[in-house]
Amino acid sequence: MSRINLIVILMVAFLCVYAQTAFQGLRNALNAQIDLLPVLMVYVALSADIIAVALLAVIGGVLFDSLSANPLGISILPLFFIGLFLQIRHDLILREMTYAQFVVGCCVCTAMPVMTLALMWILGERPIIGLGSLWQWFVMALGGGLVTPLFFRLFDRLENALTYSARPAYNESMARQDREIKRGRSRSY
Amino acid sequence: MYKKPQYIAIGLVVALAVILLSLPAQSRAQLNRWISTLFVVGFEASETTESLADRTRAAVTPRKVLTKQIEDLQEEIQRLRLQNKQLESVTRENTQLRDLLAWKKQTPWNVKSAQVVGRDPANWHRMVLINLGVQHGMIENMPVMTNNGLVGRISAVGETQSQVLLIGDPNCQVGALVESTGESGIIGPATSTTSDPKLINLLHIAADSKIEPGDRVITSGLGTIFPKGIPIGSIVHARTEASGLTLKARVRLFANVNRLENIWVLMK
Repeated sequence: MSRINLIVILMVAFLCVYAQTAFQGLRNALNAQIDLLPVLMVYVALSADIIAVALLAVIGGVLFDSLSANPLGISILPLFFIGLFLQIRHDLILREMTYAQFVVGCCVCTAMPVMTLALMWILGERPIIGLGSLWQWFVMALGGGLVTPLFFRLFDRLENALTYSARPAYNESMARQDREIKRGRSRSY
Repeated sequence: MYKKPQYIAIGLVVALAVILLSLPAQSRAQLNRWISTLFVVGFEASETTESLADRTRAAVTPRKVLTKQIEDLQEEIQRLRLQNKQLESVTRENTQLRDLLAWKKQTPWNVKSAQVVGRDPANWHRMVLINLGVQHGMIENMPVMTNNGLVGRISAVGETQSQVLLIGDPNCQVGALVESTGESGIIGPATSTTSDPKLINLLHIAADSKIEPGDRVITSGLGTIFPKGIPIGSIVHARTEASGLTLKARVRLFANVNRLENIWVLMK
C-alpha cells in the first residue's frame, strides 16, 4: 500500500467517525449505529503492513473516543488486535471473494463492541447494556458485513488509480512460438 | 507466528493505550478537547448547510402557506400574551406569599438556546454534542432541557462545543420527586437501550408510597446540579424491589431524547 493510499485511509477514518456522530438516519430508523472503523481495519489488515494497522488503530481509536463518552484511548486496543489477528491470518482469508469480505466484516463488527465493552468493564466504566444491546449488536454486525465489500471495491479502485504499475519489460521468453509469422518462401507442393 | 516488526508494533500500541488510559482525568479531558476540535469545521459546515437548506425551503414555500403560518403565529402570540399577564399576577401573588412565609425567592431560569450537532458514535452511551462551548459561557454540570422536559447535563466542555450526558445514562443520575405525593427518588440508568429509549427508572421510592400511573415526576432540587421543578416524565408503572423496602417505578420521559435538535441550557 502506498503512502498516499495510507493517508487517504486515515482521512477516511476521520470522515467515518465524523459521519457516525453527525448523521443519524440509521440510528433514528433502527436505533443502532454502524461502526465503520472495524470495516476499514479489515481492508487495511488484508492489504497493508503492520505499521498501517497500528496507525489506523491509534488514530482511528483516539478520534472515535474524542467524540464519545468512552475513556480516551479505549478503542485503540480492540481495533489493533483485530487488525493484527487478520494480518497474521491473511493467508487463510479469500480477500478477493465478496462473501469472504462479508463474513470477515460481520465477525469483526461483532467482536469489536464485545472487546470494547469488556475493556470498559475491566476499567470500571458503566456502559448501558440491556436486551436492546443484542439488537444493536446484530445491526452493527450485519451493517458492517454489508459495508465491507463496498470498502474493498472503493479502496482497490483507489489503489489502482494512485499506484503506478510499470509494464513488464519485453524478454525473449514472452514470445509465443505458435503466433510467430514465418517469413520466406513457402514450401511448394 | 509473530515477526519482529509485529512485536514492536504490539509494544508501542499497548504502551500508548495504557498511557492514555492512565492519564489523570483532567489531562485526559484536555487532550480530548484538543482532539475533538479537529471536527469543529465539519460540524460548523453541516450546520451551515442545514441552515442554508432551511432558508431555501422557506424561500420556496408558497405565499398562501406563509400567510396561514403568520396568522397562526399571531394568534399564538395573543394567547401567550394573555397567559403571560395571568402568570405575572400569579408570580406577584407567589412572591407576596413567599415574603409572608419568609421563604427563599425562586430565581427564574436563565436559558440559552443550543443546537444538537452530533451523537455519541458508540451505541452504549447516551450523549449528544451541542454547538456551545467555553466561548459561549458553558461550564460543566449545567442542566439541559427542551420545551417538554429535562434532557440531561453538560459533562464536558470544549471551545465551541460541549458534550451533554442524557438522562438515562448511568453517569447522569437525577434527584426526582413525584409531584402528587412528594415522594422522592433517583432517576437511574435506562434498563433497555432500544425497545423504548424514553423509558427510564425511578429508584429508591419508599415502599408505602401511593404513586399511580400518570403521576408527574419533576426534579427534586436536592443536590447542586438540577434546580427544583423541571418536568422529567410521568409514571408508567411501579413495583416493589427484590429487597421489599423500596419501589422501582418506570418513567416515560417528556422529552424525546432520541430525536433532539434544539435544546435549552440552563445558565448558572
